[in-house]
Amino acid sequence: MNDVSKNQPNKGRKLSRRHLLGGMAATAAAVLLKQSSGQVIQAGLAKDSLLLQDPTKVLGPLPSQLGDRSPFEQPVRKPSDTSSRTPLQDLYGTITPSDLHFERHHGGIPAIDPHKYELLIHGMVERPTVFTLADLKRFPSFSRIFFLECSGNFRSGKEQLTPQDICGLTSQSEWTGVMLATLFREVGIHPKASWFLAEGSDAAVMTRSIPVSKGMEDGMIAFAQNGEALRPAQGYPARLVLPGWEGNTNVKWIRRIEVSDQPFMTREETSKYTEQVGDKVRQFSFVMDARSVITFPTFPAVVHKGWIEIRGIAWSGRGKIARVEVSTDAGKSWQPAQLQEPVLDKAHTAFRYLWQWDGKATEIMSRAVDDTGYTQPTLEQLKEARGANMGGYHVNSIISWQIKGDGSVLLRPENIR
Amino acid sequence: MNILRNAYLRPFGGCRLLLCFTLSLLLWGCNEKTTADALETKGWPEQFGLGKPATEQQVAAWDIDVRPDGKGLPAGAGTAVQGRAIYAAKCASCHGNTGVEGPFNHLVSSDTSKAKTIGNYWPYATTLFDYVRRAMPFNAPGSLTNAEVYHLTAYLLHANGLVDSTSVMDAQTLPKVVMPAQQLFVPDNRTGGAQIR
Repeated sequence: MNDVSKNQPNKGRKLSRRHLLGGMAATAAAVLLKQSSGQVIQAGLAKDSLLLQDPTKVLGPLPSQLGDRSPFEQPVRKPSDTSSRTPLQDLYGTITPSDLHFERHHGGIPAIDPHKYELLIHGMVERPTVFTLADLKRFPSFSRIFFLECSGNFRSGKEQLTPQDICGLTSQSEWTGVMLATLFREVGIHPKASWFLAEGSDAAVMTRSIPVSKGMEDGMIAFAQNGEALRPAQGYPARLVLPGWEGNTNVKWIRRIEVSDQPFMTREETSKYTEQVGDKVRQFSFVMDARSVITFPTFPAVVHKGWIEIRGIAWSGRGKIARVEVSTDAGKSWQPAQLQEPVLDKAHTAFRYLWQWDGKATEIMSRAVDDTGYTQPTLEQLKEARGANMGGYHVNSIISWQIKGDGSVLLRPENIR
Repeated sequence: MNILRNAYLRPFGGCRLLLCFTLSLLLWGCNEKTTADALETKGWPEQFGLGKPATEQQVAAWDIDVRPDGKGLPAGAGTAVQGRAIYAAKCASCHGNTGVEGPFNHLVSSDTSKAKTIGNYWPYATTLFDYVRRAMPFNAPGSLTNAEVYHLTAYLLHANGLVDSTSVMDAQTLPKVVMPAQQLFVPDNRTGGAQIR
């Protein structure tokens, strides 16, 4: 490419690239319709549309500045007033595309100018310091793949639920940033410091207290996700990430860290994100226990007799997935699933199990075992351990799918109470 | 000493509980790694010299948190009577006329509801001040004066039957309000391994 085309991509071309791209996208978007069955069809397609032509007989769009998804692929999050869920059943592998990462905000998404961004670290430190974003990026950096999961990530109660509906508040990214240990070293953290407050600059000025030990072990101030700057919904320009710990502790848009020798007992760690266990209330239950979910076949898929590759993801906030077991006979027997390498620490791990379905109604399910020896429990086991009022946090129970004789797939509903 | 209802007037009682709780958390914390094993600092300077020293004004402007021992509570005071009017004007549309009705978070306990409220679930009264000041009202966060927050705090504590209608809430009295739910709170007992908890 010459310089002119680099700087002015549409100039001097007979066939405007922008025109071609725009025309292509507009045509395609206008003609793809989703039927009530969920099937995408090409309706009302103009005769001269590119889509109807033999692609080997027409010049396609030329390179552009930003890529788009195929108009045939339309994975979307499912938003509510407070969160949006990742379409787990529409994804492949283990990395969540950044624009499909789940959201949970407590005061909306703040607009922050990266040139005005500052992170203040103070309290029990020798040198209270303010870092700009540029400062943070000058430190030795670190990248790591791990999942983030909201601890309120469980729904059930009816058959017509997808993996997205049930547990779409988990997503995985490669995060890049500066290790908290590096920053604590820089400001001279007091040897007796045991907790720090992480505070966001959103409208909720959201806060959580975090043990210094976790910050030193693998906490990170991340400024990038999947190879680019954080998305605004994910904390742009910088956020706290704590591998394996409940999503709420991974404070987005972080503006302040106050180092202390006690927890601050903020609203999010007292009246929220705590769970009744027996006649007590469990607090600071940070770690996400091992869990798995089948992502295919699941509602609303319809399967056919014969070979079916059962696929899913498994993860643990305590370490690596040691194995995943699959049952195709409603939990009577369990077979080991194949894990996709690399199996990473505190990361979504893809699993698959090849199954020959005989066409008879049954139930399929998966259970994860992590490298601490923890086995994903049933909901009944959790109820037994925590009591009838356990609530909806840290519910990581086995999810079971009914395969009907006609091939339809439905969740086997359960109720927390 | 008549400020608080007697049943809940236990100066330092709450602090003692907090101390025990904090100690157990500290001990729990000690079992964790306390150094960054992932961090390879060989060849690093003692400091990179990045960032600027934070001035006292900068810290003061952002340091709005309030701890259970009262550290961080500003000057000022509030009463339930004055809080009631502010609540009606700025809070009732989301939380209901008396804090029981909703539609959003139920704030006040009632005999007819099992909802988790300030009265039956919040372990520290200081959290109420901290949260209202930083995040409420939802449509105008951070807009309340310290006095308004004290008034609202007094009103909500009184509505939950935790302090008298004439109680004055300020930096000295608020940390001494013992919340009934505080004794229920225990740190995480899950440790990985085979046990399901």
